[in-house]
Amino acid sequence: MQRIILHSDLNNFYASVECLYNPSLRGKPVAVAGDPEARHGIVLAKNYAAKALGVQTGDPLWAARRKCPNIVFVPPHYDLYMKYSQIAREIYSEYTDQVEPYGLDECWLDVTGSTRLFGDGKAIADKLRERIKFELGVTASVGVSYNKIFAKLGSDMKKPDATTVITSERFREIVWPLPVSDLLYVGRATHSKLQRYGIKTIGHLAQSDKDLLHHILGQNGIKLWMFANGLDTSPVSNIGAKSLIKSIGNSTTAPRDLVTDEDIRITLMILCQSVSARMREYGFVCNTVQIGVRDNELHSYERQGKLSYPNRTAKALFQKAFEMYKLHHTSGKPVRSLSVRA
Amino acid sequence: MARKVFVEVTAKFDTEGKITPLSLLWEDGTVYEIDRITDVRRAASLKAGGTGIRYTVKIRGRQSYLFYEEPRWFVEAKE
Repeated sequence: MQRIILHSDLNNFYASVECLYNPSLRGKPVAVAGDPEARHGIVLAKNYAAKALGVQTGDPLWAARRKCPNIVFVPPHYDLYMKYSQIAREIYSEYTDQVEPYGLDECWLDVTGSTRLFGDGKAIADKLRERIKFELGVTASVGVSYNKIFAKLGSDMKKPDATTVITSERFREIVWPLPVSDLLYVGRATHSKLQRYGIKTIGHLAQSDKDLLHHILGQNGIKLWMFANGLDTSPVSNIGAKSLIKSIGNSTTAPRDLVTDEDIRITLMILCQSVSARMREYGFVCNTVQIGVRDNELHSYERQGKLSYPNRTAKALFQKAFEMYKLHHTSGKPVRSLSVRA
Repeated sequence: MARKVFVEVTAKFDTEGKITPLSLLWEDGTVYEIDRITDVRRAASLKAGGTGIRYTVKIRGRQSYLFYEEPRWFVEAKE
């Protein structure tokens, strides 16, 4: 039996919540922005008015203001976004127990077993949109399909507040003309590799030779080929399912550049203490420590090293992290961001 | 657009956990008794900005919305 999978995406989530709570912002170009004082001064999210003027997530604030001089920057309120995300999930869980979050603002739902109660996929999608608008005051786009990949693609196709259905009969005419970069897991690096081989659309990818894709992208190439042909069978996990933790890391962008060894030492120690505390919480030990360094010219690199024995003390993590920093940071450039992962 | 006015509410909590607002204290110091509750549902307030459990209440013959946006209560007031 064919599955019925929904993907719900809360439109411009952070910006929509901010505009709801501050009605005077509605209609104006708005961006949720990090704190420039702490050097987190980038656009985290924007509304449609700002998007229309070319403002993009990740733009530094000065660049956003240049594109859109009357833009309003507001600080983020994560507690509010968490609360909204939680209520949305409560709504979803009234229709199925298979609800898999993808970030705060997106969720997959498998409603195959719920259609006798609530109607077909489109009817459930429309009901969800209506309820989210009424109960949360924000809008959602919902994709309906028979696998997760096409459901996600569907939710991206019409925005805001729309339902898009991609059936197994019609996916070739709907999905194949789209640029290959629209497909989930085709990031920048994969996209440029595919471009080199003239694979520009999802249809090109679907009709490419599997061996060629394996040659270009390894196992991922085969996976993407299957996605493009509507052959994704990955399940939607159950609500409350915890994802498997493979590693634990922390990072920080310092309020000012870190110049001396003492600056680096203090920052790495704080990060290692946090990583170590989380490892104890989850009962992990590690063999390897990885550091990430970004200098003041935004050049970044990662290095990893092995511990002499499996461990989770902050001291052991720190000693390895600092040793690697001293070994690899030969440029001596001031450091902007640091990360530690174990 | 409306003003979001947080108000002090006197409410009854029954043994099932159901909350019934009984009266509210307006910003000028007047206490308004809630005569009747005609609807309870989760709803957003687009006018004042927020979301919560919306009580449709009758106060002195007039209908208005009282929102329980945990842990506070608010009403939509004219500008």
